[in-house]
Amino acid sequence: MITFTFYLVALILIFAAISVITVKNPIHAALFLVLAFFSSAAIWLLLQAEFLAITLVLVYVGAVMVLFLFVLMMLDINVAPLREGFVRHFPIAVFVGGVIFVEMIFVLGAWHQAVPPETMTNVPNIELLGEVLYTQYVYPFEIAAVILLVAMIAAMALTMRPHTRAKYQKPEQQVNVRREDCVRLVKMQAETKD
Amino acid sequence: MPGLHEFLILAAILFCLSITGIFLNRKNLIILLMCIELMLLSVNMNFIAFSYFNADIVGQVFVFFILTVAAAESAIGLAIVVVLFRNKNTINVNDLDTLKG
Repeated sequence: MITFTFYLVALILIFAAISVITVKNPIHAALFLVLAFFSSAAIWLLLQAEFLAITLVLVYVGAVMVLFLFVLMMLDINVAPLREGFVRHFPIAVFVGGVIFVEMIFVLGAWHQAVPPETMTNVPNIELLGEVLYTQYVYPFEIAAVILLVAMIAAMALTMRPHTRAKYQKPEQQVNVRREDCVRLVKMQAETKD
Repeated sequence: MPGLHEFLILAAILFCLSITGIFLNRKNLIILLMCIELMLLSVNMNFIAFSYFNADIVGQVFVFFILTVAAAESAIGLAIVVVLFRNKNTINVNDLDTLKG
Protein backbone atom coordinates (compact mmCIF):
# COMPACT_ATOMS: atom_id res chain seq x y z
CA MET A 1 0.00 0.00 0.00
CA ILE A 2 2.82 2.38 0.89
CA THR A 3 4.59 1.46 -2.36
CA PHE A 4 1.47 2.18 -4.38
CA THR A 5 1.00 5.51 -2.59
CA PHE A 6 4.62 6.42 -3.20
CA TYR A 7 4.48 5.76 -6.93
CA LEU A 8 1.14 7.52 -7.34
CA VAL A 9 2.30 10.62 -5.47
CA ALA A 10 5.66 10.57 -7.25
CA LEU A 11 3.91 10.51 -10.63
CA ILE A 12 1.73 13.45 -9.61
CA LEU A 13 4.84 15.27 -8.39
CA ILE A 14 6.72 14.75 -11.66
CA PHE A 15 3.67 15.76 -13.67
CA ALA A 16 3.33 18.93 -11.58
CA ALA A 17 7.02 19.74 -11.99
CA ILE A 18 6.83 19.29 -15.78
CA SER A 19 3.78 21.52 -15.86
CA VAL A 20 5.54 24.22 -13.80
CA ILE A 21 8.28 24.52 -16.38
CA THR A 22 6.14 24.24 -19.51
CA VAL A 23 2.79 26.01 -19.01
CA LYS A 24 2.33 29.39 -20.65
CA ASN A 25 0.60 31.26 -17.87
CA PRO A 26 2.80 32.00 -14.82
CA ILE A 27 -0.25 31.80 -12.55
CA HIS A 28 -0.88 28.23 -13.70
CA ALA A 29 2.80 27.52 -13.05
CA ALA A 30 2.42 28.82 -9.50
CA LEU A 31 -0.66 26.65 -8.96
CA PHE A 32 1.18 23.59 -10.28
CA LEU A 33 4.03 24.42 -7.94
CA VAL A 34 1.51 24.30 -5.10
CA LEU A 35 0.56 20.80 -6.30
CA ALA A 36 4.24 19.84 -6.37
CA PHE A 37 4.78 21.08 -2.82
CA PHE A 38 1.68 19.26 -1.64
CA SER A 39 2.74 15.96 -3.23
CA SER A 40 6.22 16.19 -1.78
CA ALA A 41 4.69 16.86 1.62
CA ALA A 42 2.85 13.54 1.15
CA ILE A 43 6.13 11.81 0.29
CA TRP A 44 7.79 13.34 3.36
CA LEU A 45 4.93 11.92 5.42
CA LEU A 46 5.81 8.47 4.04
CA LEU A 47 9.35 9.08 5.27
CA GLN A 48 7.98 9.88 8.74
CA ALA A 49 9.00 13.52 8.65
CA GLU A 50 5.63 14.76 9.88
CA PHE A 51 6.76 18.10 11.21
CA LEU A 52 8.55 19.09 8.02
CA ALA A 53 5.65 17.93 5.86
CA ILE A 54 3.26 20.12 7.84
CA THR A 55 5.77 22.97 7.73
CA LEU A 56 6.04 22.60 3.97
CA VAL A 57 2.29 22.90 3.57
CA LEU A 58 1.97 25.76 6.03
CA VAL A 59 4.99 27.81 5.03
CA TYR A 60 5.26 27.08 1.33
CA VAL A 61 1.69 26.52 0.22
CA GLY A 62 0.36 28.94 2.80
CA ALA A 63 2.86 31.76 2.64
CA VAL A 64 5.47 31.58 -0.10
CA MET A 65 3.15 30.51 -2.90
CA VAL A 66 0.57 33.07 -1.85
CA LEU A 67 3.36 35.63 -2.07
CA PHE A 68 4.21 34.36 -5.56
CA LEU A 69 0.59 34.59 -6.67
CA PHE A 70 0.27 38.02 -5.09
CA VAL A 71 3.28 39.35 -6.97
CA LEU A 72 2.15 37.68 -10.21
CA MET A 73 -1.23 39.33 -10.00
CA MET A 74 0.24 42.68 -8.98
CA LEU A 75 2.59 42.82 -11.96
CA ASP A 76 1.04 43.27 -15.35
CA ILE A 77 3.27 40.91 -17.28
CA ASN A 78 3.13 40.46 -21.00
CA VAL A 79 3.82 36.75 -21.34
CA ALA A 80 4.51 36.58 -25.08
CA PRO A 81 8.01 38.16 -25.18
CA LEU A 82 8.99 36.13 -22.13
CA ARG A 83 8.19 32.92 -23.97
CA GLU A 84 10.28 33.54 -27.05
CA GLY A 85 13.21 31.17 -27.34
CA PHE A 86 11.25 28.43 -25.58
CA VAL A 87 11.28 26.14 -28.61
CA ARG A 88 14.80 27.15 -29.55
CA HIS A 89 16.16 26.27 -26.13
CA PHE A 90 14.14 23.09 -25.78
CA PRO A 91 16.74 20.64 -27.21
CA ILE A 92 19.68 22.00 -25.24
CA ALA A 93 17.60 22.20 -22.06
CA VAL A 94 16.50 18.58 -22.38
CA PHE A 95 20.07 17.60 -23.26
CA VAL A 96 21.63 19.26 -20.21
CA GLY A 97 18.89 18.00 -17.91
CA GLY A 98 19.22 14.50 -19.34
CA VAL A 99 23.01 14.45 -18.98
CA ILE A 100 22.79 15.53 -15.35
CA PHE A 101 20.11 12.93 -14.73
CA VAL A 102 22.17 10.14 -16.29
CA GLU A 103 25.20 11.18 -14.21
CA MET A 104 23.11 11.09 -11.06
CA ILE A 105 21.76 7.64 -11.96
CA PHE A 106 25.31 6.36 -12.48
CA VAL A 107 26.33 7.67 -9.08
CA LEU A 108 23.23 6.07 -7.57
CA GLY A 109 24.00 2.75 -9.25
CA ALA A 110 27.34 2.60 -7.52
CA TRP A 111 25.54 3.08 -4.21
CA HIS A 112 24.54 0.09 -2.16
CA GLN A 113 20.82 -0.28 -1.66
CA ALA A 114 19.93 0.69 1.88
CA VAL A 115 17.14 -1.19 3.58
CA PRO A 116 14.50 0.67 5.55
CA PRO A 117 15.17 0.50 9.27
CA GLU A 118 13.07 -2.19 10.91
CA THR A 119 12.31 -0.58 14.22
CA MET A 120 11.35 3.02 14.34
CA THR A 121 11.12 4.67 17.70
CA ASN A 122 7.77 5.43 19.24
CA VAL A 123 8.92 8.94 20.07
CA PRO A 124 7.02 11.46 17.93
CA ASN A 125 8.94 13.14 15.15
CA ILE A 126 8.38 16.63 16.57
CA GLU A 127 9.82 15.56 19.92
CA LEU A 128 12.93 14.09 18.29
CA LEU A 129 13.41 17.20 16.19
CA GLY A 130 12.85 19.55 19.09
CA GLU A 131 15.32 17.71 21.29
CA VAL A 132 18.21 18.38 18.93
CA LEU A 133 16.95 21.70 17.63
CA TYR A 134 16.78 23.33 21.04
CA THR A 135 19.97 21.84 22.46
CA GLN A 136 22.60 20.98 19.90
CA TYR A 137 21.43 23.34 17.18
CA VAL A 138 20.10 26.22 19.22
CA TYR A 139 22.68 28.63 17.85
CA PRO A 140 21.91 27.92 14.16
CA PHE A 141 18.25 28.05 15.10
CA GLU A 142 18.63 31.61 16.37
CA ILE A 143 20.66 32.54 13.31
CA ALA A 144 17.76 31.24 11.21
CA ALA A 145 15.46 33.55 13.15
CA VAL A 146 17.79 36.48 12.44
CA ILE A 147 17.85 35.55 8.74
CA LEU A 148 14.06 35.68 8.66
CA LEU A 149 14.09 39.06 10.41
CA VAL A 150 16.65 40.42 7.95
CA ALA A 151 14.61 39.08 5.03
CA MET A 152 11.48 40.74 6.38
CA ILE A 153 13.14 44.11 6.87
CA ALA A 154 14.94 43.87 3.52
CA ALA A 155 11.73 43.09 1.65
CA MET A 156 10.00 46.05 3.27
CA ALA A 157 12.95 48.39 2.70
CA LEU A 158 13.18 47.35 -0.95
CA THR A 159 9.54 47.83 -1.79
CA MET A 160 8.77 50.86 0.36
CA ARG A 161 8.18 53.97 -1.68
CA PRO A 162 8.44 57.33 0.13
CA HIS A 163 5.31 59.43 -0.24
CA THR A 164 6.08 62.39 -2.44
CA ARG A 165 3.08 64.42 -1.34
CA ALA A 166 3.40 63.75 2.36
CA LYS A 167 4.21 66.67 4.64
CA TYR A 168 7.34 66.36 6.70
CA GLN A 169 8.68 68.38 9.60
CA LYS A 170 12.21 69.63 9.14
CA PRO A 171 13.60 70.08 12.65
CA GLU A 172 16.73 71.96 11.59
CA GLN A 173 14.64 74.62 9.88
CA GLN A 174 12.28 74.79 12.82
CA VAL A 175 15.17 75.39 15.18
CA ASN A 176 16.71 78.04 12.93
CA VAL A 177 13.63 80.21 12.84
CA ARG A 178 14.33 83.68 14.29
CA ARG A 179 11.88 86.11 15.71
CA GLU A 180 12.60 88.71 13.02
CA ASP A 181 11.58 86.30 10.25
CA CYS A 182 8.16 85.75 11.62
CA VAL A 183 6.99 88.85 13.48
CA ARG A 184 7.15 92.46 12.29
CA LEU A 185 6.47 95.17 14.84
CA VAL A 186 4.83 98.23 13.37
CA LYS A 187 4.62 101.63 15.04
CA MET A 188 1.52 103.58 14.11
CA GLN A 189 -0.77 106.19 15.45
CA ALA A 190 -3.83 105.16 17.34
CA GLU A 191 -6.84 105.51 15.11
CA THR A 192 -10.14 106.88 16.25
CA LYS A 193 -13.44 105.31 15.57
CA ASP A 194 -15.56 107.52 13.42
CA MET B 1 8.13 0.42 1.35
CA PRO B 2 10.26 1.79 -1.52
CA GLY B 3 13.98 1.79 -0.88
CA LEU B 4 16.40 4.67 -0.69
CA HIS B 5 17.10 4.46 -4.42
CA GLU B 6 13.54 5.27 -5.39
CA PHE B 7 13.50 8.42 -3.31
CA LEU B 8 16.88 9.52 -4.59
CA ILE B 9 15.83 8.91 -8.20
CA LEU B 10 12.65 10.90 -7.64
CA ALA B 11 14.72 13.78 -6.23
CA ALA B 12 17.13 13.52 -9.17
CA ILE B 13 14.24 13.70 -11.63
CA LEU B 14 12.90 16.78 -9.85
CA PHE B 15 16.31 18.42 -9.86
CA CYS B 16 16.87 17.78 -13.57
CA LEU B 17 13.38 19.03 -14.38
CA SER B 18 14.09 22.27 -12.57
CA ILE B 19 17.42 22.69 -14.39
CA THR B 20 15.56 22.14 -17.66
CA GLY B 21 13.03 24.70 -16.52
CA ILE B 22 15.74 27.27 -15.90
CA PHE B 23 16.98 26.75 -19.45
CA LEU B 24 13.50 26.89 -20.95
CA ASN B 25 12.17 29.92 -19.10
CA ARG B 26 15.33 31.93 -18.88
CA LYS B 27 13.53 35.18 -19.69
CA ASN B 28 10.84 35.07 -17.04
CA LEU B 29 12.30 35.97 -13.67
CA ILE B 30 9.35 34.64 -11.66
CA ILE B 31 9.43 31.20 -13.29
CA LEU B 32 13.18 31.16 -12.59
CA LEU B 33 12.44 31.73 -8.90
CA MET B 34 9.89 28.92 -8.99
CA CYS B 35 12.47 26.58 -10.56
CA ILE B 36 14.90 27.42 -7.78
CA GLU B 37 12.22 26.57 -5.23
CA LEU B 38 11.67 23.25 -6.99
CA MET B 39 15.41 22.57 -6.91
CA LEU B 40 15.60 23.22 -3.17
CA LEU B 41 12.60 20.92 -2.74
CA SER B 42 14.43 18.06 -4.45
CA VAL B 43 17.50 18.63 -2.28
CA ASN B 44 15.27 18.58 0.79
CA MET B 45 13.79 15.30 -0.36
CA ASN B 46 17.28 13.80 -0.53
CA PHE B 47 18.01 15.01 2.99
CA ILE B 48 14.80 13.55 4.37
CA ALA B 49 15.28 10.23 2.59
CA PHE B 50 18.79 9.88 4.01
CA SER B 51 17.54 10.96 7.42
CA TYR B 52 14.92 8.22 7.36
CA PHE B 53 17.10 5.42 6.03
CA ASN B 54 20.00 6.23 8.34
CA ALA B 55 17.64 6.80 11.30
CA ASP B 56 19.34 10.12 11.98
CA ILE B 57 17.25 13.18 12.81
CA VAL B 58 19.97 15.69 11.92
CA GLY B 59 19.02 15.54 8.24
CA GLN B 60 15.62 16.91 9.12
CA VAL B 61 17.21 19.70 11.14
CA PHE B 62 19.16 20.68 8.05
CA VAL B 63 15.97 20.64 5.95
CA PHE B 64 14.44 22.96 8.53
CA PHE B 65 17.23 25.48 7.97
CA ILE B 66 17.05 25.10 4.19
CA LEU B 67 13.33 25.85 4.34
CA THR B 68 14.04 28.98 6.38
CA VAL B 69 16.69 30.27 4.01
CA ALA B 70 14.58 29.40 0.95
CA ALA B 71 11.61 31.31 2.32
CA ALA B 72 13.81 34.34 3.00
CA GLU B 73 15.35 34.07 -0.44
CA SER B 74 12.04 33.93 -2.26
CA ALA B 75 10.65 36.86 -0.24
CA ILE B 76 13.63 39.06 -1.07
CA GLY B 77 13.69 37.83 -4.68
CA LEU B 78 10.05 38.74 -5.15
CA ALA B 79 10.65 42.13 -3.54
CA ILE B 80 13.46 42.75 -6.03
CA VAL B 81 11.17 41.68 -8.89
CA VAL B 82 8.51 44.13 -7.70
CA VAL B 83 11.03 47.00 -7.50
CA LEU B 84 12.41 46.04 -10.90
CA PHE B 85 8.99 46.04 -12.47
CA ARG B 86 8.18 49.40 -10.92
CA ASN B 87 11.34 50.98 -12.30
CA LYS B 88 11.70 49.32 -15.70
CA ASN B 89 8.18 48.05 -16.36
CA THR B 90 9.47 44.64 -17.41
CA ILE B 91 10.82 41.46 -15.87
CA ASN B 92 12.39 40.19 -19.06
CA VAL B 93 15.93 39.13 -18.23
CA ASN B 94 17.16 40.46 -21.58
CA ASP B 95 16.16 44.00 -20.66
CA LEU B 96 18.07 43.96 -17.40
CA ASP B 97 21.40 45.04 -18.83
CA THR B 98 21.94 48.27 -16.93
CA LEU B 99 25.18 47.04 -15.42
CA LYS B 100 26.58 46.17 -18.87
CA GLY B 101 28.06 42.98 -17.52
